[in-house]
Amino acid sequence: MASSLRDRAVDLVGLLTTPILPADYVDLFDPLRAGAELRGRIVEVRPETRDAVTLVIRPGRGWAGHTPGQYVRIGLDVDGVRQWRAYSLTGPADRADGCITITVKAIPDGRVSTHVVRRARAGMLVHLDQACGDFTLPDPRPAKVLFVTAGSGITPVMGMLRGALDDLEDVVLVHSAPGPADVIFAGELRQLAARGRIRLVERHTDTDGMLDADALAALVPDLAERETWACGPAGMLDALEARWAGLGIDARLHTERFRPALLAVGDGGTITFTTTEQEVDADGATSLLDAGEAAGVLMPSGCRMGICFGCVAPLRDGAVRDLRTGELTTASPGDGVLVQTCVSAAAGPCQIDL
Amino acid sequence: MTAMQKKTDDPTAHLSAEDIACLGRELDAIREQVIASRGERDAEYIRAVIDNQRKLELASRAVLLFSLFPPAWIAGTAGLSVSKVLENMEIGHNVMHGQWDWMRDPKIHSTTWEWDNATPSDQWKHSHNDLHHTYTNVLGHDNDLGYGIMRVDEDQRWHPFYLGQPLWNAINALLFEYGIAAYDLEIGKALKGRKDKDDFKAQAKGVLRKIRKQVTRDYVVHPILSGPSALTTLGANITANVVRNVWTHSVIMCGHFPEGVETFEKTSIEGETRGEWYLRQMLGSANITGSPFMHLMTGNLSFQIEHHLFPDLPSNRYSEIAPKVKELFERYELTYTEGPLPKQVASAWRKVIRLSLPNDALQDAAAVLPFTPRTAAPEREAVAA
Repeated sequence: MASSLRDRAVDLVGLLTTPILPADYVDLFDPLRAGAELRGRIVEVRPETRDAVTLVIRPGRGWAGHTPGQYVRIGLDVDGVRQWRAYSLTGPADRADGCITITVKAIPDGRVSTHVVRRARAGMLVHLDQACGDFTLPDPRPAKVLFVTAGSGITPVMGMLRGALDDLEDVVLVHSAPGPADVIFAGELRQLAARGRIRLVERHTDTDGMLDADALAALVPDLAERETWACGPAGMLDALEARWAGLGIDARLHTERFRPALLAVGDGGTITFTTTEQEVDADGATSLLDAGEAAGVLMPSGCRMGICFGCVAPLRDGAVRDLRTGELTTASPGDGVLVQTCVSAAAGPCQIDL
Repeated sequence: MTAMQKKTDDPTAHLSAEDIACLGRELDAIREQVIASRGERDAEYIRAVIDNQRKLELASRAVLLFSLFPPAWIAGTAGLSVSKVLENMEIGHNVMHGQWDWMRDPKIHSTTWEWDNATPSDQWKHSHNDLHHTYTNVLGHDNDLGYGIMRVDEDQRWHPFYLGQPLWNAINALLFEYGIAAYDLEIGKALKGRKDKDDFKAQAKGVLRKIRKQVTRDYVVHPILSGPSALTTLGANITANVVRNVWTHSVIMCGHFPEGVETFEKTSIEGETRGEWYLRQMLGSANITGSPFMHLMTGNLSFQIEHHLFPDLPSNRYSEIAPKVKELFERYELTYTEGPLPKQVASAWRKVIRLSLPNDALQDAAAVLPFTPRTAAPEREAVAA
């Protein structure tokens, strides 16, 4: 009842503002209000290492909260172009000021991460989605926990440590970084270790070499008894998954990947976006999403790694290849097979209804 | 004006095919340079224009709540007129051209934008972006040449109907947005049965829906909200809409109608190369000179030549590339048609008046009207014959 009254009020105000919506005017003054498209305002930019910063963001009133370990998709204008990326939430779910934090490490050639590290300032508005992801601790908490992280893979785990360490008895964290100065959250982690709250194994790969599964087993002899969460480069996660599968305990390993594992590269082809009448030649390694965005097509997008299905669009005709599996999907005129544009590439001429 | 191909002194006669290809490559380079440097500054520009236009509109409408007081009426009407012009020209027209699609902002995108105009954005995009910009000034293809109700070229056959075209043009100026809607609907084609009936019905419904919403907003709801000022607010809103109609009509007339702008024959665009297409845009458009504020208020269509060469480049860049484009005109010995607004408007109107009469009446008309026809007399006779 209340909502229908509200809708009617909005319709009435809409008579005043047509052809745009009342919200388009209110956004000029209060972009974070309840009911607005979800946005956030950066309230603090805190340096973590020489190439990583933490953004403290006050989310709009529509923010539904998160569980530590989850990520949030954040939309930023980089050189004037809206870019969406997923970043792990690094704060607890119940910060007193209601803010959320993400921690971003500048990766080489990473347009968005480099922009955030160099250009993000307090006061900037960013676009947000609700938190998502299932890389989280179960309830009740497991008795013994192992975290294996590398580089910015520490970020979701930091969220869990900050949000749930009080519920955890026995925590081992094996973290790899090139050197001591590259360890994100180094001070906080070393302090937790010094106070005996966690057992921290820092691996400095410039001097100690990469961590492999054997070395990990030597460092953590009881790893088979531990519920394990791992986040880091694909090579490390692949090795851990193989090891855990070999031990027959793969159900106890939870991994979080920042990028999809890509396998297949085909021939590419001409992509026709039917509603915008754009034609784009794309190679077999470029996703339909990237190709469309580069051509200025308004592409829906989500996690950009084949998980969230926020980017699906109908394939009207032609063939596309799943970049993860190499599997071909074909459509005949009129079919409209839904494909995930973020992990599909043209495999010959194809038509997408966007 | 006579189709360029019929002129004895074809202004492109001195250019070889290789010259024209070269010209095309130079223009491509200007375009590439802008695309490579598009970025934050441009995004900030369009967001600032949209932001300011919306605040100006809100403020003007708020002031008009008290429009019974003459100073409030004047300030509110002026503000609303400027806001409506900006919304249609620098924002609506350019966003719907896809000039800002590269920002990937769903709120500022050609596929999602709707403007304060009687014609719905999808219909306008078809007749404007697809037809007018592709077939610029090609007789028989580009209906923007006279909008189907006027004769603006010697090569258009005269009919007694055109005797009234100075009047039609004045009425069109006052009611321009409705004229555009009727034109996008291709009413003439529909009456002759050359348009699919269901398509026409669906499109007409879209136009009527938009007009109903606009009329409700400007002529019913806002006046009612003004209470005792209802009638004066109604007057202010009518005035603002007419101001916008006359202004946009004048700017658009200046783009393609003034003396010096060329038209082209249907056959001349068969197998047209990229360079030749550019050349047609260069000769088929005219610029308006003036202040930065004037350029803003025309939606930078005062850089009509640059806009026609590169319809999808951000409008704030046209003034920046204009000197380079002008230099190309000089180097390739072509005429860059430009002039101040009053001069160009007068020039376009003179043409409307002159061509309301048949071509062979021009000699007599020349004796009475204060201008000299540009084309040579023998040619006109040939055309009339």
